[in-house]
Amino acid sequence: MNSTGTLKSSSSELDLDRPNIEDYLPSGAAIQQEPCGKLRLHDLLDISPTLSEAAGAIVDDSFTRCFKSNPPEPWNWNIYLFPLWCFGVFLRYLIIFPTRALVLTIGWIIFLSAFIPVHLLLKGHDKLRRNIERSLVEMMCGFFVASWTGVVKYHGPRPSRRPKQVFVANHTSMIDFIILEQMTAFAVIMQKHPGWVGLLQSTILESVGCIWFNRSEAKDREIVARKLRDHVQGTDNNPLLIFPEGTCVNNHYTVMFKKGAFELGCTVCPIAIKYNKIFVDAFWNSRKQSFTTHLLQLMTSWAVVCDVWYLEPQNLKPGETPIEFAERVRDIISTRAGLKMVPWDGYLKYSRPSPKHRERKQQNFAESVLRRLEEK
Amino acid sequence: MGSASSMLTQYDIEEVQEHCNHLFSQQEIVCLYQRFCQLDRNAKGFISSDEFLSIPEFVMNPLSQRLLKMVDGLNFKDFVAFLSAFSTKASAHQKIELIFKVYDSDRNGKVSFKDILEVLKDLSGSYMSDEQREEVLGQVLKEAGYSKDCYLTLDDFTKVLGHSGVKMDVEVPVD
Repeated sequence: MNSTGTLKSSSSELDLDRPNIEDYLPSGAAIQQEPCGKLRLHDLLDISPTLSEAAGAIVDDSFTRCFKSNPPEPWNWNIYLFPLWCFGVFLRYLIIFPTRALVLTIGWIIFLSAFIPVHLLLKGHDKLRRNIERSLVEMMCGFFVASWTGVVKYHGPRPSRRPKQVFVANHTSMIDFIILEQMTAFAVIMQKHPGWVGLLQSTILESVGCIWFNRSEAKDREIVARKLRDHVQGTDNNPLLIFPEGTCVNNHYTVMFKKGAFELGCTVCPIAIKYNKIFVDAFWNSRKQSFTTHLLQLMTSWAVVCDVWYLEPQNLKPGETPIEFAERVRDIISTRAGLKMVPWDGYLKYSRPSPKHRERKQQNFAESVLRRLEEK
Repeated sequence: MGSASSMLTQYDIEEVQEHCNHLFSQQEIVCLYQRFCQLDRNAKGFISSDEFLSIPEFVMNPLSQRLLKMVDGLNFKDFVAFLSAFSTKASAHQKIELIFKVYDSDRNGKVSFKDILEVLKDLSGSYMSDEQREEVLGQVLKEAGYSKDCYLTLDDFTKVLGHSGVKMDVEVPVD
């Protein structure tokens, strides 16, 4: 366990135990062959490699690519496609959308009218109450999926309820959780959200055993790690679902997995989710739209099509660190879902990279200059 | 999703191409525009410092602050003109001119000993002391025939950097 200094901020703590990014970055980092020979004015003045790297990052960088939504491709550009498209819009907004809203409302009514009594009246019979609440939550998620006409293909053996196992999946939108919850009532670890989503989180999801975290709190990591450990040990708890990327990514790439889920000492069962963007882009670009807007966009599209693969459970190999374990599982999920791996921490969406990387470049430069000064 | 809807017309593309002296092809300009719109989150017409600093690869670069001063708040035409020095079609002179501008932060047309020291400081950080930097720079300047009080002009830069060529190319990914 790294313990270099106790006063570092939490963001640099997050970075201290990352694998070396330089190992992943492609040829850009390898342009500079080891300079040698006597140091000249030319060598000090020539900042072109550094400038090229900076300009290269401005023109295109692998981090921003992970959060690019698909712009909707217009296909209604001529005389017969346009009326067809108009008809489609009419159908989607004025017929399908109200029907879906109605289905969802009916679902909520059924759910609440069963959930609230069960929750209040069966206080004494915990086991029975939990089973019923579990089935009710699964049913409600089914209603949600129906409200976007979700076409979900599940592959692989369904998750079983055993102690000492966690499930990890790649993350594209909050609907990932709903799609998986429809099949099995998972307990999930989520960022606490404001608004109506937060209300749902604190009432209904509480019953399936959810754990909240707050990205902005520095000390939060240890508290959450402890809660995770406690949950996994319990035999009667719902299986725990974790999204180790920590943020929504656009379903073409995966960002680095946080090691929290991989150092709990239990079996990790990977789940890969891949959305077919044919009708709608299910990526929730939280920078550009609120969750409500995102849901409305889904409800006014034709369908949400996706594949879910439940993959073979993995254990920590002897001699493997949790970070290597996390990267190995990320590789398994990315290969199955056809996603490219990038070496960035998803939290860089919210904070700046630690100065460690810049300092390493500075160190390389300084050492090279001082060494060449000695040469004759 | 403002990015895809604000399309460039052929006139716009030609105007931008004119402004950057035809150093980018029309397709590259279209791709640069998509990138510009992606970085400019609320379609203000320019990219703010914050938005540049949301690119982790850029933040990690030791010269990011200097470049930021040059590129902050530029509209698309000037943004392309700035990047044109990195085009493969740009001449060595244009590249050297950009390097000179990076050093000449007070824009007075000459680069002093102190200016070079400042850039060296960005590049070496806390891994070299100020005295070491002064000593190294003083020594290589003397060997090249300049004194510490000399001011370097663009011609001097061309002389020093010119003959071994400057490789400073960035490819615009065209999908």
